[in-house]
Amino acid sequence: MELTLKNVSYSYNPDAPEPVYAVRDVSLTIRSGDFAALIGHTGSGKSTLIQFMNGLLKPTEGQVLFNGEDIFEKKYPLKTLRQKVGLVFQYPEHQLFEETVLKDICFGPKNMGLSKEEQEERARHAMKLVGLAESYEDKSPFELSGGEKRRVAIAGVLAMKPECLILDEPTAGLDPAGRDDILGTVRALSDEEGIAVVLVSHSMEDVAVYAERLFVMKKGELLYDDTPKAVFRHYKELEQIGLSAPQVTYIAHALREKGFDVSEDAMTVAELKQEILRVLGK
Amino acid sequence: MNIIEILHLIHEFKEYDENETEIDTVRALDDVTLSIEEGSFVTILGHNGSGKSTLAKHVNALLLPTGGTVLLCGEDTLKTKELWQLRKNAGMVFQNPDNQIIAGIVEEDVAFGPENLGVPTAELEKRVENALERVGMAAFRMNSPNRLSGGQKQRIAIAGMLAMKPKCILMDEPTAMLDPVGRREVIETVHELNRQEGITIVLITHYMEEAVDADRVIVMDGGKLVMDGTPREVFSRVEELRECRMTVPQVTELSWELKKEGVDLPDGILTIGELVEELEKVRRSSVWN
Repeated sequence: MELTLKNVSYSYNPDAPEPVYAVRDVSLTIRSGDFAALIGHTGSGKSTLIQFMNGLLKPTEGQVLFNGEDIFEKKYPLKTLRQKVGLVFQYPEHQLFEETVLKDICFGPKNMGLSKEEQEERARHAMKLVGLAESYEDKSPFELSGGEKRRVAIAGVLAMKPECLILDEPTAGLDPAGRDDILGTVRALSDEEGIAVVLVSHSMEDVAVYAERLFVMKKGELLYDDTPKAVFRHYKELEQIGLSAPQVTYIAHALREKGFDVSEDAMTVAELKQEILRVLGK
Repeated sequence: MNIIEILHLIHEFKEYDENETEIDTVRALDDVTLSIEEGSFVTILGHNGSGKSTLAKHVNALLLPTGGTVLLCGEDTLKTKELWQLRKNAGMVFQNPDNQIIAGIVEEDVAFGPENLGVPTAELEKRVENALERVGMAAFRMNSPNRLSGGQKQRIAIAGMLAMKPKCILMDEPTAMLDPVGRREVIETVHELNRQEGITIVLITHYMEEAVDADRVIVMDGGKLVMDGTPREVFSRVEELRECRMTVPQVTELSWELKKEGVDLPDGILTIGELVEELEKVRRSSVWN
Protein backbone atom coordinates (compact mmCIF):
# COMPACT_ATOMS: atom_id res chain seq x y z
CA MET A 1 0.00 0.00 0.00
CA GLU A 2 1.27 3.43 -0.88
CA LEU A 3 -0.78 6.59 -0.48
CA THR A 4 0.75 9.75 -1.89
CA LEU A 5 -0.33 13.35 -1.77
CA LYS A 6 1.47 15.12 -4.58
CA ASN A 7 1.61 18.92 -4.40
CA VAL A 8 -1.97 19.12 -3.16
CA SER A 9 -3.63 22.44 -2.42
CA TYR A 10 -7.13 23.37 -1.45
CA SER A 11 -8.59 26.79 -1.93
CA TYR A 12 -12.12 28.03 -1.31
CA ASN A 13 -11.81 30.55 -4.13
CA PRO A 14 -9.30 29.06 -6.59
CA ASP A 15 -10.28 31.46 -9.37
CA ALA A 16 -9.81 34.65 -7.37
CA PRO A 17 -6.79 36.85 -8.13
CA GLU A 18 -5.40 36.04 -4.66
CA PRO A 19 -6.86 32.68 -3.59
CA VAL A 20 -7.08 31.82 0.11
CA TYR A 21 -5.60 28.40 0.80
CA ALA A 22 -6.68 25.92 3.48
CA VAL A 23 -3.91 23.59 2.31
CA ARG A 24 -1.03 24.68 0.14
CA ASP A 25 1.37 22.55 -1.86
CA VAL A 26 1.63 19.56 0.47
CA SER A 27 3.45 16.40 -0.62
CA LEU A 28 3.78 13.28 1.51
CA THR A 29 3.68 9.48 1.23
CA ILE A 30 2.33 6.87 3.62
CA ARG A 31 3.29 3.19 3.26
CA SER A 32 2.16 -0.07 4.87
CA GLY A 33 3.46 -0.39 8.41
CA ASP A 34 3.91 3.37 8.90
CA PHE A 35 2.65 4.84 12.17
CA ALA A 36 2.46 8.58 11.61
CA ALA A 37 0.86 11.40 13.54
CA LEU A 38 -0.47 14.59 12.02
CA ILE A 39 -0.26 17.59 14.34
CA GLY A 40 -1.06 21.25 13.89
CA HIS A 41 -2.92 24.15 15.49
CA THR A 42 -6.69 24.55 15.02
CA GLY A 43 -7.31 25.62 11.45
CA SER A 44 -3.93 24.44 10.16
CA GLY A 45 -5.52 22.22 7.51
CA LYS A 46 -5.30 18.78 9.21
CA SER A 47 -8.92 17.83 8.58
CA THR A 48 -8.78 19.00 4.97
CA LEU A 49 -5.66 16.92 4.42
CA ILE A 50 -7.13 13.69 5.79
CA GLN A 51 -10.25 14.13 3.69
CA PHE A 52 -8.05 14.08 0.58
CA MET A 53 -6.63 10.75 1.66
CA ASN A 54 -9.81 8.78 1.11
CA GLY A 55 -11.26 10.93 -1.63
CA LEU A 56 -13.92 12.73 0.42
CA LEU A 57 -12.53 16.02 -0.79
CA LYS A 58 -10.82 16.76 -4.09
CA PRO A 59 -7.82 19.08 -3.96
CA THR A 60 -8.11 22.17 -6.13
CA GLU A 61 -4.53 21.51 -7.28
CA GLY A 62 -2.28 18.45 -7.19
CA GLN A 63 -2.95 14.72 -7.13
CA VAL A 64 -3.79 11.96 -4.66
CA LEU A 65 -2.27 8.64 -5.69
CA PHE A 66 -3.20 5.24 -4.26
CA ASN A 67 -0.67 2.61 -5.33
CA GLY A 68 0.38 4.96 -8.10
CA GLU A 69 -3.11 5.60 -9.48
CA ASP A 70 -4.79 9.00 -9.40
CA ILE A 71 -7.94 8.53 -7.30
CA PHE A 72 -9.69 11.49 -8.93
CA GLU A 73 -9.36 10.11 -12.44
CA LYS A 74 -12.72 9.29 -14.03
CA LYS A 75 -13.91 5.73 -13.31
CA TYR A 76 -11.53 5.28 -10.37
CA PRO A 77 -13.47 3.11 -7.87
CA LEU A 78 -13.69 5.57 -4.95
CA LYS A 79 -16.01 3.25 -3.06
CA THR A 80 -13.34 0.55 -2.95
CA LEU A 81 -10.73 3.12 -1.99
CA ARG A 82 -12.81 4.17 1.01
CA GLN A 83 -12.78 0.59 2.25
CA LYS A 84 -9.01 0.44 1.88
CA VAL A 85 -8.43 3.83 3.46
CA GLY A 86 -10.64 3.91 6.54
CA LEU A 87 -11.38 7.23 8.18
CA VAL A 88 -12.48 7.43 11.81
CA PHE A 89 -13.89 10.88 12.52
CA GLN A 90 -13.77 12.83 15.76
CA TYR A 91 -16.27 11.56 18.32
CA PRO A 92 -17.10 8.53 16.12
CA GLU A 93 -19.39 7.20 18.82
CA HIS A 94 -21.95 9.79 17.70
CA GLN A 95 -22.26 7.80 14.49
CA LEU A 96 -23.27 4.52 16.13
CA PHE A 97 -26.88 3.79 15.37
CA GLU A 98 -27.67 0.05 15.31
CA GLU A 99 -29.47 -1.93 18.01
CA THR A 100 -26.52 -4.13 18.83
CA VAL A 101 -22.76 -3.81 18.74
CA LEU A 102 -22.43 -6.67 16.25
CA LYS A 103 -24.98 -5.16 13.84
CA ASP A 104 -23.28 -1.80 14.03
CA ILE A 105 -19.90 -3.26 13.14
CA CYS A 106 -21.48 -5.29 10.30
CA PHE A 107 -22.76 -2.13 8.64
CA GLY A 108 -19.62 -1.51 6.56
CA PRO A 109 -19.16 -5.13 5.36
CA LYS A 110 -22.90 -5.26 4.60
CA ASN A 111 -22.55 -2.27 2.27
CA MET A 112 -19.67 -4.05 0.59
CA GLY A 113 -22.22 -6.71 -0.42
CA LEU A 114 -20.74 -9.52 1.65
CA SER A 115 -22.81 -12.49 2.82
CA LYS A 116 -24.19 -12.44 6.34
CA GLU A 117 -21.67 -15.06 7.50
CA GLU A 118 -18.79 -13.07 6.07
CA GLN A 119 -20.08 -9.84 7.61
CA GLU A 120 -20.28 -11.41 11.04
CA GLU A 121 -16.95 -13.13 10.72
CA ARG A 122 -15.31 -9.81 9.88
CA ALA A 123 -17.19 -8.02 12.65
CA ARG A 124 -16.10 -10.61 15.22
CA HIS A 125 -12.51 -10.40 14.05
CA ALA A 126 -12.63 -6.59 14.28
CA MET A 127 -14.04 -6.82 17.82
CA LYS A 128 -11.14 -9.04 18.78
CA LEU A 129 -8.66 -6.55 17.29
CA VAL A 130 -9.99 -3.67 19.37
CA GLY A 131 -10.28 -5.78 22.50
CA LEU A 132 -14.06 -6.05 22.82
CA ALA A 133 -15.11 -9.37 24.40
CA GLU A 134 -17.74 -11.59 22.70
CA SER A 135 -20.21 -10.73 25.45
CA TYR A 136 -20.53 -7.28 23.89
CA GLU A 137 -22.04 -8.58 20.62
CA ASP A 138 -25.67 -8.28 21.70
CA LYS A 139 -25.35 -5.18 23.85
CA SER A 140 -26.78 -1.90 22.69
CA PRO A 141 -23.92 0.43 21.70
CA PHE A 142 -25.59 3.13 23.75
CA GLU A 143 -25.15 1.41 27.09
CA LEU A 144 -21.35 1.31 26.74
CA SER A 145 -18.78 3.68 28.23
CA GLY A 146 -17.16 6.43 26.12
CA GLY A 147 -14.02 4.39 25.49
CA GLU A 148 -15.98 1.24 24.61
CA LYS A 149 -18.21 3.12 22.17
CA ARG A 150 -15.16 4.47 20.46
CA ARG A 151 -13.79 0.93 20.13
CA VAL A 152 -17.04 -0.14 18.47
CA ALA A 153 -16.73 2.73 16.01
CA ILE A 154 -13.13 1.83 15.19
CA ALA A 155 -14.08 -1.84 14.82
CA GLY A 156 -16.74 -0.74 12.31
CA VAL A 157 -14.01 0.70 10.11
CA LEU A 158 -11.64 -2.24 10.69
CA ALA A 159 -14.33 -4.69 9.58
CA MET A 160 -13.85 -3.33 6.06
CA LYS A 161 -10.23 -4.55 6.28
CA PRO A 162 -8.57 -1.24 5.50
CA GLU A 163 -4.90 -1.09 4.53
CA CYS A 164 -4.65 2.39 5.96
CA LEU A 165 -6.45 3.73 9.01
CA ILE A 166 -6.81 7.46 9.61
CA LEU A 167 -8.05 8.56 13.02
CA ASP A 168 -9.04 12.15 13.79
CA GLU A 169 -8.32 12.80 17.48
CA PRO A 170 -9.37 9.34 18.65
CA THR A 171 -8.62 10.11 22.31
CA ALA A 172 -10.38 13.49 22.74
CA GLY A 173 -12.46 13.43 25.91
CA LEU A 174 -11.16 10.06 27.14
CA ASP A 175 -9.58 9.53 30.55
CA PRO A 176 -5.83 8.74 30.68
CA ALA A 177 -6.32 4.97 30.85
CA GLY A 178 -8.83 5.15 27.98
CA ARG A 179 -6.31 7.10 25.92
CA ASP A 180 -3.65 4.45 26.49
CA ASP A 181 -6.10 1.64 25.69
CA ILE A 182 -7.10 3.10 22.34
CA LEU A 183 -3.59 4.11 21.28
CA GLY A 184 -2.15 0.77 22.40
CA THR A 185 -4.78 -1.01 20.31
CA VAL A 186 -4.00 1.10 17.25
CA ARG A 187 -0.27 0.55 17.75
CA ALA A 188 -0.81 -3.22 17.85
CA LEU A 189 -2.88 -3.07 14.64
CA SER A 190 0.01 -1.37 12.94
CA ASP A 191 2.63 -3.78 14.35
CA GLU A 192 0.71 -7.02 13.91
CA GLU A 193 -1.49 -6.41 10.89
CA GLY A 194 0.79 -4.00 9.05
CA ILE A 195 -1.99 -1.45 8.72
CA ALA A 196 -0.65 2.04 8.02
CA VAL A 197 -1.90 4.49 10.64
CA VAL A 198 -2.27 8.25 10.51
CA LEU A 199 -3.25 9.73 13.83
CA VAL A 200 -4.45 13.32 14.18
CA SER A 201 -3.65 14.44 17.69
CA HIS A 202 -3.32 17.45 19.97
CA SER A 203 -1.41 15.49 22.60
CA MET A 204 2.33 15.82 22.15
CA GLU A 205 2.86 13.36 25.01
CA ASP A 206 0.85 10.70 23.16
CA VAL A 207 2.51 11.17 19.77
CA ALA A 208 5.95 11.04 21.43
CA VAL A 209 5.14 7.58 22.78
CA TYR A 210 3.26 6.07 19.84
CA ALA A 211 4.22 7.65 16.52
CA GLU A 212 7.30 6.92 14.43
CA ARG A 213 6.85 9.88 12.18
CA LEU A 214 5.28 13.31 12.54
CA PHE A 215 3.69 15.53 9.97
CA VAL A 216 3.45 19.08 11.30
CA MET A 217 1.06 21.50 9.63
CA LYS A 218 1.37 25.26 9.84
CA LYS A 219 -1.29 27.47 8.25
CA GLY A 220 -2.02 24.95 5.52
CA GLU A 221 1.59 24.07 4.76
CA LEU A 222 3.60 21.03 5.76
CA LEU A 223 6.28 22.45 8.06
CA TYR A 224 8.01 19.20 9.11
CA ASP A 225 7.91 15.56 8.04
CA ASP A 226 10.35 13.78 10.32
CA THR A 227 10.79 11.52 13.35
CA PRO A 228 9.27 12.81 16.62
CA LYS A 229 12.75 13.31 18.08
CA ALA A 230 13.84 15.49 15.18
CA VAL A 231 10.58 17.46 15.26
CA PHE A 232 10.66 18.12 19.01
CA ARG A 233 14.15 19.62 18.68
CA HIS A 234 12.23 22.52 17.14
CA TYR A 235 10.14 22.99 20.29
CA LYS A 236 10.48 26.76 20.17
CA GLU A 237 9.16 26.90 16.61
CA LEU A 238 6.35 24.53 17.60
CA GLU A 239 5.22 26.92 20.34
CA GLN A 240 5.03 29.75 17.85
CA ILE A 241 2.50 27.77 15.84
CA GLY A 242 0.20 26.78 18.69
CA LEU A 243 1.88 23.47 19.52
CA SER A 244 4.44 22.37 22.08
CA ALA A 245 6.77 19.50 22.92
CA PRO A 246 5.99 16.87 25.58
CA GLN A 247 6.66 18.03 29.14
CA VAL A 248 9.60 15.58 29.24
CA THR A 249 11.39 17.55 26.50
CA TYR A 250 11.16 20.69 28.63
CA ILE A 251 12.50 18.82 31.67
CA ALA A 252 15.46 17.57 29.60
CA HIS A 253 16.28 21.08 28.42
CA ALA A 254 15.97 22.54 31.95
CA LEU A 255 18.35 19.86 33.25
CA ARG A 256 20.85 20.51 30.48
CA GLU A 257 20.85 24.20 31.37
CA LYS A 258 21.98 23.24 34.88
CA GLY A 259 24.80 21.15 33.51
CA PHE A 260 23.18 17.70 33.59
CA ASP A 261 24.43 15.93 30.49
CA VAL A 262 21.10 14.24 29.58
CA SER A 263 20.21 13.77 25.92
CA GLU A 264 18.04 16.57 24.56
CA ASP A 265 16.23 13.94 22.49
CA ALA A 266 14.59 12.23 25.46
CA MET A 267 10.85 12.65 24.91
CA THR A 268 9.17 9.94 27.00
CA VAL A 269 9.25 9.42 30.77
CA ALA A 270 11.05 6.08 30.31
CA GLU A 271 13.77 7.59 28.11
CA LEU A 272 14.49 10.54 30.37
CA LYS A 273 14.50 8.30 33.45
CA GLN A 274 17.30 6.22 31.88
CA GLU A 275 19.21 9.37 30.96
CA ILE A 276 19.00 10.82 34.47
CA LEU A 277 20.04 7.54 36.08
CA ARG A 278 22.99 7.35 33.69
CA VAL A 279 24.11 10.89 34.49
CA LEU A 280 23.76 10.31 38.23
CA GLY A 281 25.82 7.15 37.84
CA LYS A 282 23.09 4.85 39.25
CA MET B 1 -17.76 30.96 53.46
CA ASN B 2 -18.79 27.97 51.39
CA ILE B 3 -20.30 28.84 48.04
CA ILE B 4 -21.21 25.22 47.33
CA GLU B 5 -22.48 22.81 49.99
CA ILE B 6 -23.24 19.26 48.96
CA LEU B 7 -24.64 16.94 51.63
CA HIS B 8 -25.10 13.19 51.11
CA LEU B 9 -25.96 13.74 47.47
CA ILE B 10 -27.35 10.74 45.63
CA HIS B 11 -28.19 10.69 41.94
CA GLU B 12 -29.95 7.71 40.43
CA PHE B 13 -31.33 7.12 37.01
CA LYS B 14 -33.37 4.23 35.74
CA GLU B 15 -32.64 2.05 32.74
CA TYR B 16 -35.38 0.60 30.60
CA ASP B 17 -35.51 -2.24 28.05
CA GLU B 18 -37.23 -2.00 24.62
CA ASN B 19 -40.67 -2.48 26.20
CA GLU B 20 -40.00 0.40 28.55
CA THR B 21 -39.95 -1.93 31.53
CA GLU B 22 -37.62 -0.78 34.23
CA ILE B 23 -34.63 -3.13 34.35
CA ASP B 24 -32.06 -1.40 36.44
CA THR B 25 -31.31 1.57 38.64
CA VAL B 26 -27.89 3.12 38.21
CA ARG B 27 -26.41 5.17 41.00
CA ALA B 28 -24.25 7.83 39.34
CA LEU B 29 -23.53 9.68 42.58
CA ASP B 30 -23.34 7.72 45.78
CA ASP B 31 -23.51 9.75 49.00
CA VAL B 32 -21.27 12.65 48.04
CA THR B 33 -20.56 15.27 50.70
CA LEU B 34 -18.42 18.22 49.69
CA SER B 35 -18.00 21.91 50.52
CA ILE B 36 -16.30 24.35 48.23
CA GLU B 37 -15.04 27.59 49.66
CA GLU B 38 -15.84 30.85 47.91
CA GLY B 39 -12.93 32.09 45.83
CA SER B 40 -11.15 28.74 45.60
CA PHE B 41 -9.93 26.90 42.50
CA VAL B 42 -10.95 23.26 42.59
CA THR B 43 -10.11 20.63 39.98
CA ILE B 44 -12.15 17.44 39.71
CA LEU B 45 -10.48 14.37 38.17
CA GLY B 46 -11.96 10.96 37.48
CA HIS B 47 -12.31 8.43 34.68
CA ASN B 48 -15.12 8.51 32.10
CA GLY B 49 -18.31 7.57 33.93
CA SER B 50 -16.99 8.33 37.42
CA GLY B 51 -19.69 10.95 38.07
CA LYS B 52 -17.76 14.21 37.58
CA SER B 53 -20.10 15.82 35.07
CA THR B 54 -23.18 14.63 36.95
CA LEU B 55 -21.82 16.33 40.06
CA ALA B 56 -21.17 19.60 38.21
CA LYS B 57 -24.68 19.58 36.75
CA HIS B 58 -26.12 19.32 40.27
CA VAL B 59 -24.30 22.47 41.33
CA ASN B 60 -26.24 24.70 38.95
CA ALA B 61 -29.43 22.67 39.14
CA LEU B 62 -29.32 21.19 35.65
CA LEU B 63 -29.93 17.99 37.60
CA LEU B 64 -31.79 17.67 40.88
CA PRO B 65 -30.93 15.27 43.71
CA THR B 66 -32.51 11.83 44.10
CA GLY B 67 -31.38 12.08 47.70
CA GLY B 68 -29.42 14.58 49.78
CA THR B 69 -29.07 18.32 49.36
CA VAL B 70 -27.18 20.78 47.16
CA LEU B 71 -26.85 24.38 48.27
CA LEU B 72 -25.51 27.03 45.91
CA CYS B 73 -24.86 30.35 47.67
CA GLY B 74 -27.04 29.04 50.49
CA GLU B 75 -30.02 28.26 48.20
CA ASP B 76 -31.33 24.69 48.09
CA THR B 77 -31.54 23.63 44.41
CA LEU B 78 -34.59 21.46 45.14
CA LYS B 79 -36.55 24.06 47.07
CA THR B 80 -35.67 27.26 45.26
CA LYS B 81 -38.45 29.18 43.55
CA GLU B 82 -35.97 31.30 41.61
CA LEU B 83 -34.19 28.71 39.49
CA TRP B 84 -32.97 31.24 36.92
CA GLN B 85 -31.62 33.55 39.59
CA LEU B 86 -29.87 30.61 41.21
CA ARG B 87 -28.28 29.45 37.95
CA LYS B 88 -26.96 32.95 37.35
CA ASN B 89 -24.55 32.32 40.23
CA ALA B 90 -22.86 29.39 38.54
CA GLY B 91 -22.08 29.59 34.84
CA MET B 92 -21.15 26.46 32.97
CA VAL B 93 -18.63 26.00 30.12
CA PHE B 94 -18.70 22.75 28.15
CA GLN B 95 -16.28 20.72 26.05
CA ASN B 96 -17.14 21.71 22.51
CA PRO B 97 -16.81 25.44 21.84
CA ASP B 98 -18.83 25.16 18.62
CA ASN B 99 -21.92 23.98 20.50
CA GLN B 100 -21.91 27.02 22.76
CA ILE B 101 -21.70 29.83 20.29
CA ILE B 102 -24.98 31.04 18.89
CA ALA B 103 -24.52 34.53 17.46
CA GLY B 104 -22.81 35.76 14.29
CA ILE B 105 -20.77 38.45 16.00
CA VAL B 106 -18.66 38.03 19.12
CA GLU B 107 -20.28 40.86 21.12
CA GLU B 108 -23.79 39.57 20.41
CA ASP B 109 -22.79 36.15 21.62
CA VAL B 110 -21.42 37.53 24.87
CA ALA B 111 -24.55 39.68 25.34
CA PHE B 112 -26.94 36.75 24.92
CA GLY B 113 -26.95 35.63 28.57
CA PRO B 114 -27.30 39.00 30.31
CA GLU B 115 -29.85 40.13 27.72
CA ASN B 116 -32.03 37.19 28.69
CA LEU B 117 -31.68 38.20 32.31
CA GLY B 118 -33.19 41.58 31.35
CA VAL B 119 -30.08 43.71 31.85
CA PRO B 120 -30.76 47.26 30.46
CA THR B 121 -28.92 48.19 27.22
CA ALA B 122 -26.48 50.74 28.67
CA GLU B 123 -25.42 48.33 31.40
CA LEU B 124 -25.29 45.47 28.88
CA GLU B 125 -22.78 47.35 26.72
CA LYS B 126 -20.54 47.89 29.71
CA ARG B 127 -20.75 44.28 30.80
CA VAL B 128 -19.90 42.93 27.35
CA GLU B 129 -16.95 45.25 26.96
CA ASN B 130 -15.69 44.44 30.41
CA ALA B 131 -16.11 40.66 29.98
CA LEU B 132 -14.24 40.64 26.66
CA GLU B 133 -11.50 42.74 28.23
CA ARG B 134 -11.06 40.25 31.05
CA VAL B 135 -10.61 37.23 28.75
CA GLY B 136 -8.26 39.17 26.47
CA MET B 137 -10.65 39.16 23.51
CA ALA B 138 -11.64 42.85 23.33
CA ALA B 139 -9.96 43.24 19.93
CA PHE B 140 -12.30 40.60 18.46
CA ARG B 141 -15.52 42.26 19.60
CA MET B 142 -16.93 42.84 16.11
CA ASN B 143 -15.52 39.64 14.56
CA SER B 144 -17.38 36.54 13.50
CA PRO B 145 -16.87 33.72 16.05
CA ASN B 146 -16.41 31.05 13.40
CA ARG B 147 -13.09 32.52 12.30
CA LEU B 148 -11.62 32.15 15.79
CA SER B 149 -9.40 29.34 17.09
CA GLY B 150 -10.76 26.81 19.61
CA GLY B 151 -9.04 28.53 22.53
CA GLN B 152 -10.45 31.90 21.49
CA LYS B 153 -13.96 30.43 21.16
CA GLN B 154 -13.75 28.99 24.67
CA ARG B 155 -12.67 32.39 25.96
CA ILE B 156 -15.74 33.91 24.28
CA ALA B 157 -17.87 31.30 26.03
CA ILE B 158 -16.24 32.28 29.33
CA ALA B 159 -16.88 35.98 28.57
CA GLY B 160 -20.54 35.10 28.04
CA MET B 161 -20.58 33.65 31.56
CA LEU B 162 -18.76 36.66 33.03
CA ALA B 163 -21.29 39.06 31.55
CA MET B 164 -23.88 37.41 33.81
CA LYS B 165 -21.64 38.17 36.82
CA PRO B 166 -21.50 34.66 38.26
CA LYS B 167 -19.85 33.92 41.59
CA CYS B 168 -18.72 30.56 40.33
CA ILE B 169 -17.76 29.07 36.95
CA LEU B 170 -18.09 25.32 36.37
CA MET B 171 -16.03 23.97 33.48
CA ASP B 172 -16.59 20.50 32.10
CA GLU B 173 -13.47 19.53 30.13
CA PRO B 174 -13.18 22.95 28.47
CA THR B 175 -9.84 22.07 26.86
CA ALA B 176 -10.51 18.56 25.53
CA MET B 177 -10.77 19.73 21.93
CA LEU B 178 -8.05 22.39 21.92
CA ASP B 179 -4.46 22.47 20.71
CA PRO B 180 -1.71 22.94 23.34
CA VAL B 181 -1.59 26.73 23.09
CA GLY B 182 -5.40 27.00 23.13
CA ARG B 183 -5.39 24.86 26.26
CA ARG B 184 -2.90 27.13 27.98
CA GLU B 185 -4.86 30.28 27.00
CA VAL B 186 -8.04 28.95 28.57
CA ILE B 187 -6.41 27.71 31.78
CA GLU B 188 -4.45 30.94 32.26
CA THR B 189 -7.62 32.97 31.71
CA VAL B 190 -9.55 31.13 34.42
CA HIS B 191 -6.66 31.35 36.85
CA GLU B 192 -6.56 35.10 36.35
CA LEU B 193 -10.32 35.42 36.95
CA ASN B 194 -9.91 33.38 40.10
CA ARG B 195 -6.94 35.41 41.43
CA GLN B 196 -8.02 38.88 40.45
CA GLU B 197 -11.76 38.73 40.94
CA GLY B 198 -12.19 35.91 43.40
CA ILE B 199 -14.51 33.93 41.13
CA THR B 200 -14.75 30.34 42.34
CA ILE B 201 -13.62 27.89 39.66
CA VAL B 202 -14.57 24.21 39.44
CA LEU B 203 -12.59 22.64 36.61
CA ILE B 204 -13.21 19.11 35.35
CA THR B 205 -10.36 17.81 33.24
CA HIS B 206 -8.50 14.76 31.95
CA TYR B 207 -5.26 16.71 31.62
CA MET B 208 -3.34 16.26 34.86
CA GLU B 209 -1.06 19.25 34.21
CA GLU B 210 -4.10 21.50 34.43
CA ALA B 211 -4.69 20.43 38.02
CA VAL B 212 -1.22 21.38 39.26
CA ASP B 213 -2.00 25.03 40.04
CA ALA B 214 -5.38 24.40 41.67
CA ASP B 215 -5.94 25.01 45.41
CA ARG B 216 -7.54 21.63 45.71
CA VAL B 217 -7.86 18.43 43.69
CA ILE B 218 -10.77 16.02 44.07
CA VAL B 219 -10.75 12.55 42.52
CA MET B 220 -13.98 10.66 41.83
CA ASP B 221 -14.45 6.96 41.20
CA GLY B 222 -17.71 5.03 40.99
CA GLY B 223 -19.83 8.03 41.99
CA LYS B 224 -17.86 8.65 45.19
CA LEU B 225 -15.13 11.06 46.23
CA VAL B 226 -12.02 8.94 46.69
CA MET B 227 -9.33 11.61 47.15
CA ASP B 228 -9.41 15.21 48.24
CA GLY B 229 -6.35 17.33 48.94
CA THR B 230 -3.79 19.75 47.57
CA PRO B 231 -2.31 18.86 44.17
CA ARG B 232 0.86 17.77 45.97
CA GLU B 233 -1.00 15.43 48.31
CA VAL B 234 -3.12 13.90 45.57
CA PHE B 235 -0.35 13.49 42.98
CA SER B 236 1.86 11.80 45.57
CA ARG B 237 -0.50 8.82 45.38
CA VAL B 238 0.60 7.63 41.94
CA GLU B 239 -0.44 4.00 42.30
CA GLU B 240 -3.89 4.74 43.70
CA LEU B 241 -4.50 7.20 40.89
CA ARG B 242 -3.58 4.57 38.32
CA GLU B 243 -6.13 2.23 39.89
CA CYS B 244 -8.75 4.92 39.24
CA ARG B 245 -7.67 5.02 35.53
CA MET B 246 -5.94 8.35 36.17
CA THR B 247 -2.34 9.38 35.87
CA VAL B 248 -0.10 12.21 37.12
CA PRO B 249 1.74 14.99 35.25
CA GLN B 250 4.83 13.71 33.42
CA VAL B 251 7.21 15.55 35.75
CA THR B 252 5.55 13.88 38.77
CA GLU B 253 5.63 10.46 37.11
CA LEU B 254 9.30 10.84 36.21
CA SER B 255 10.17 11.87 39.78
CA TRP B 256 8.24 8.92 41.17
CA GLU B 257 9.99 6.51 38.78
CA LEU B 258 13.41 7.92 39.75
CA LYS B 259 12.56 7.59 43.43
CA LYS B 260 11.70 3.93 42.87
CA GLU B 261 15.20 3.49 41.44
CA GLY B 262 16.69 4.85 44.66
CA VAL B 263 17.14 8.53 43.79
CA ASP B 264 16.49 10.57 46.93
CA LEU B 265 13.52 12.74 45.90
CA PRO B 266 10.47 13.98 47.85
CA ASP B 267 6.94 12.81 46.92
CA GLY B 268 4.58 14.85 44.79
CA ILE B 269 6.96 16.97 42.73
CA LEU B 270 4.72 19.12 40.53
CA THR B 271 6.91 21.44 38.49
CA ILE B 272 9.99 21.19 36.30
CA GLY B 273 11.74 23.77 38.53
CA GLU B 274 11.20 21.61 41.64
CA LEU B 275 12.58 18.49 39.97
CA VAL B 276 15.66 20.28 38.63
CA GLU B 277 16.34 21.78 42.07
CA GLU B 278 15.96 18.43 43.82
CA LEU B 279 18.23 16.70 41.32
CA GLU B 280 20.86 19.37 41.90
CA LYS B 281 20.72 18.54 45.62
CA VAL B 282 21.13 14.86 44.79
CA ARG B 283 24.11 15.64 42.58
CA ARG B 284 25.77 17.77 45.28
CA SER B 285 25.33 15.14 47.97
CA SER B 286 26.62 12.34 45.74
CA VAL B 287 29.79 14.36 45.06
CA TRP B 288 30.53 14.34 48.81
CA ASN B 289 29.63 10.73 49.44
